[in-house]
Amino acid sequence: MATHEVTFPIRDEADILKLRAGDEVVVQGHIIGIRDRTQIRIFDQGVEPPMDLTGAFLLHTAPNVRKIGTDSAGRGKYEKLCIGTTTSARMVRFTEPLGGQYGVRAICGKGGFPDEAIEPMRKHGMVYFAIVGGAAALETTQIEEIEEVAWEELMPECLWKFRVKDFGPLTVGIDAHGNSLYHDVQAAAQEKLKELYARL
Amino acid sequence: MSTTIDVDLYGAVEDAAAHLYVWALKDIPQDLRDALADAAGRETSVAGQRVLSTILKNVQVADDEKNLVCQDTGIAVYTCRVGEGFPLHPARIYEALKAGTERATVEHPLRSNAVHTITRENTGPNTGYRLPIVHWEFISGWDGLDVKCVPKGSGSENMSFLKMCVPADGVKGIKQFVLESIVGAGGKPCPPGIVGVGIGGSADYAMYLAKEAITRPIGTRNQDPVVAQLEDELFGLLNETGIGPMGLGGDVTVLNCHIEHADTHMTLNPVAVNYQCWAARRATAHLAADGTVEYDREA
Repeated sequence: MATHEVTFPIRDEADILKLRAGDEVVVQGHIIGIRDRTQIRIFDQGVEPPMDLTGAFLLHTAPNVRKIGTDSAGRGKYEKLCIGTTTSARMVRFTEPLGGQYGVRAICGKGGFPDEAIEPMRKHGMVYFAIVGGAAALETTQIEEIEEVAWEELMPECLWKFRVKDFGPLTVGIDAHGNSLYHDVQAAAQEKLKELYARL
Repeated sequence: MSTTIDVDLYGAVEDAAAHLYVWALKDIPQDLRDALADAAGRETSVAGQRVLSTILKNVQVADDEKNLVCQDTGIAVYTCRVGEGFPLHPARIYEALKAGTERATVEHPLRSNAVHTITRENTGPNTGYRLPIVHWEFISGWDGLDVKCVPKGSGSENMSFLKMCVPADGVKGIKQFVLESIVGAGGKPCPPGIVGVGIGGSADYAMYLAKEAITRPIGTRNQDPVVAQLEDELFGLLNETGIGPMGLGGDVTVLNCHIEHADTHMTLNPVAVNYQCWAARRATAHLAADGTVEYDREA
């Protein structure tokens, strides 16, 4: 299993296609925080997101922040307090339109995506990155700055733009070639259960 | 004869709640630290080792930076053991716990997670209608109060399961349900954590007992040897499932399995599962009737 460093947003599809399920990845550049209500607004209420998601890395998050001021356009400026990652599976249905309509290339969260994410990720050249859920103290040190916040009224489920340094380590949970660690682990566990039940 | 109480017990409980909520979020107990280190020593899968070494590093960073271990400040759950002689009525204890939760959330500040369950509008500083949640136990012949704060993350709370097994399902049915629940949960509840199991009682009480089970220090055993044996057996079986740290596959799926039980109706055999994530946060305050407070990270 290889180790990679990838900078987002990506410009070259090869940066995604080289990743294989199980690989370790460290991320640089910019990532976008998104959550349930953010995606409900985009896809169920049809509101265009005011940030470019092309080639983007999306993080399933709702951070603890402190407001430190307002910029000239009236938008809030926030500093980080504690930023971590939420369970991804609740938001799996947005995978197809995120890739197909907006060109998102990576979704990062914890706990994994069910199998319905495998085909859209293969079709649109996307990956799912597994972060360590709960490891927010560490994650916070890897986020250098909150550069932009949109839809503040959804606080804390806004659209966040973070600049990161050495973000990770992440594990490729689902790659763009149809492989999913979650599928493999679950299939093996279901087989194992039959054996365990027979012993009870 | 009436006694004049010149101590501000309400204030002492409010202060304790405010302190416990933040403390629990930042400084996890030693038994949990030991269990995580032990897990890192046992795990053989590459992804599992990566997860566990990141968890240990994260706990260290939280200590160094005095930051929260996990960003999910959870739903504030308290368990109260109230002595019959403790000179503050539980109605006032509840108000003080609520006030302390609010104060901690505003002053720190902590993320406010509480919403109306239909409108989803935020209801305030981690409080709301029937929030925080308090489990009560009343103790005869004692005048103290123990308050344990257990901030409960949603990722693990969403992985809660109830089955009304029938008596003919027996203990085997209980074991199967726990195993299928934890395998089905996969990586979502942030394994490896504590599997809380409630058996017996009624549907609601079984889940209440499962929640009680996850608040115990890791690896403690039920006083009933028959139940303790089931805890040991399930602990071993769960770690054979291969789900592994964060569901990425491996040897360590759970840190332990705790069971609380109640006697039940002859036709009932309820089993409830309540999962506690690896960041199994808890902190306790022991209050005396004179208002003195002793904090205890390990209880």
